[in-house]
Amino acid sequence: MSTHVKVEEKLFQNRYRVDGGRPHIQIKDAEVCVSQCGTQPCTVCCPAGCYTQENNGRVVLITDGCLECGTCRIICDDFRNVTWEYPRGGYGVLFKFG
Amino acid sequence: MAEKFDAIVVGAGPSGNAAAYTLAKAGMKVLQLERGEYPGSKNVQGAILYADALEKIIPDFRDDAPLERHIIEQRMWVLDDESYIGTHYRSDDFNKPPYNRYTIIRAQFDKWFSEKVQEAGAMLICETTVSDLLMDGKRVIGVQTDRLGGEIYADIVILADGVNSLLATKAGFHPEIEPKNVALAVKEIHFMPQETVEARFNVQGDAGVVIEMAGKITQGMMGTGFLYTNKESLTIGVGCMLSDLKKQKISPYQLLEQMKAHPSIAPILEGGEMKEYTAHLIPEGGYKAIPQVFGDGWMIVGDAAMFVNAMHREGSNLAMTSGCFAAETVIELADKQKPFTAKNLARYREKLDASFVIKDLKKYKNMPDVFHANSQFFTTYPEMLNQAAHKMLTVDGVDKKTKEKQIMANFKHRRSLFGLMGDALKLWRAFE
Ligand SMILES: Cc1cc2nc3c(=O)[nH]c(=O)nc-3n(C[C@H](O)[C@H](O)[C@H](O)COP(=O)(O)OP(=O)(O)OC[C@H]3O[C@@H](n4cnc5c(N)ncnc54)[C@H](O)[C@@H]3O)c2cc1C
Ligand code: SF4
Ligand code: SF4
Repeated sequence: MSTHVKVEEKLFQNRYRVDGGRPHIQIKDAEVCVSQCGTQPCTVCCPAGCYTQENNGRVVLITDGCLECGTCRIICDDFRNVTWEYPRGGYGVLFKFG
Repeated sequence: MAEKFDAIVVGAGPSGNAAAYTLAKAGMKVLQLERGEYPGSKNVQGAILYADALEKIIPDFRDDAPLERHIIEQRMWVLDDESYIGTHYRSDDFNKPPYNRYTIIRAQFDKWFSEKVQEAGAMLICETTVSDLLMDGKRVIGVQTDRLGGEIYADIVILADGVNSLLATKAGFHPEIEPKNVALAVKEIHFMPQETVEARFNVQGDAGVVIEMAGKITQGMMGTGFLYTNKESLTIGVGCMLSDLKKQKISPYQLLEQMKAHPSIAPILEGGEMKEYTAHLIPEGGYKAIPQVFGDGWMIVGDAAMFVNAMHREGSNLAMTSGCFAAETVIELADKQKPFTAKNLARYREKLDASFVIKDLKKYKNMPDVFHANSQFFTTYPEMLNQAAHKMLTVDGVDKKTKEKQIMANFKHRRSLFGLMGDALKLWRAFE
């Protein structure tokens, strides 16, 4: 069964109020992702595809589509390399159905 | 804002709403803080509402709560790649009011519940994220919010902030959640005409069906899937333990996509319009993972306290019940003019221990370990069961006795007789 889907198509259905320039999640030390974290699980396990693997081994985080689940914080348990807060009140994803 | 309240409740999900409602009804001065634009705007559930827990709080909730369908049929499917084997239980008893279980849409339900809380007299402020707890030594004395001058004080703070439980973690009340104690669920809602839902599930009026699934859909990971009927939509989702997702490096949305393409599932969704994609964690660590739930000036309720019975897919009812217990504890102490010390708040844990919340979690305390250590429950067994059914149901001139022998041989080949017996024993012990 090959059913590859682009997550952007799914996220397109959602409503967001993005807090421009104030990402609520940050990678603490980009070097740790490159040189220490072999498997980079955040790049596959994030349900919104916010973490992408670059060719040079770097990990880029763009939180605009974030579903605020907490997965990336918890699976980075070997390095604790993610600073994770909820968005400011009223910002972020806004579920119509939930 | 140097105002002081009797109680602050952080979060307006089912646990926070139950707590705030109960406190406000008793005449206490309650402030409830919610980070979403409105209650429910951050929340995700399957969603099945168990009437009992809500009925104890709002007996006449059926009059105006936004309920989708009452459930008259429960299906359990064990899926292989091409097939499923399962049981369906439908009873007309479930079709007679007062109904026992309903499907709901959380964004609508939480809004409704919150209106009741405000009618009861609690003050709700939305679009406000609590960033820290204010402490005086070991005692919680209030909260810090992300609003300008956002310090607010109270005699007791009830943490109903959901599975991530950031505030208690920051305050050092419990360590960060471990990947093995939490599942990630992804979910979609598909809209279609009411008649289509009813025809596909053979139901009428407000009756509905739920399907719980296990097997190959989780690709060997510990987890389950679900498909629920709403009035004019279906929700479909799949959840797996984070430790497994991390180990197997599987993308949650690809998993959902493959599940939707299953030949037994795709026709049910056919033609529907997907209108939202959500993801949320579920605390599934069970009894052994429950943190300390009270201390000087604070209590934790609902998901933040790991109160989810994953075996029975119950969470919102444990959330509401724990919210009520916390509120009752506060009311009892206030009546006796006793302070909210850890010693006095231990009453909250006693109430939990004496109820289904802890009793049920305790009953299944070994279940997470058994499933973590035995992935065959999610791979080999679903295959074996489906193959057995396939063999028995294929009419090909081979006699049934021979077919039985072949099935048994296949079972033993796949998982030795000792393995089979051992697994049965493990499950039995964990269920006991
Ligand atoms: C996919 C899925 C399916 C499920 N299916 C079922 C089911 O069928 N039946 C069932 O009974 N249970 C089910 N559950 C479990 C159920 O959803 C939860 O147990 C329940 O929602 C817990 O309620 P709660 O109030 O403790 O937490 P939540 O509902 O998560 O509410 C927490 C609230 O706190 C707010 N908040 C968090 N942090 C802050 C902060 N710092 N400041 C201000 N506000 C904050 C949030 O915005 C949110 O409104 C399911 C869960 C999922 C994810
Ligand atoms: S899991 Fe943590 S350390 Fe590894 S790549 Fe992701 S953020 Fe970096
Ligand atoms: S919180 Fe969830 S959705 Fe947001 S970036 Fe982390 S894993 Fe992705």
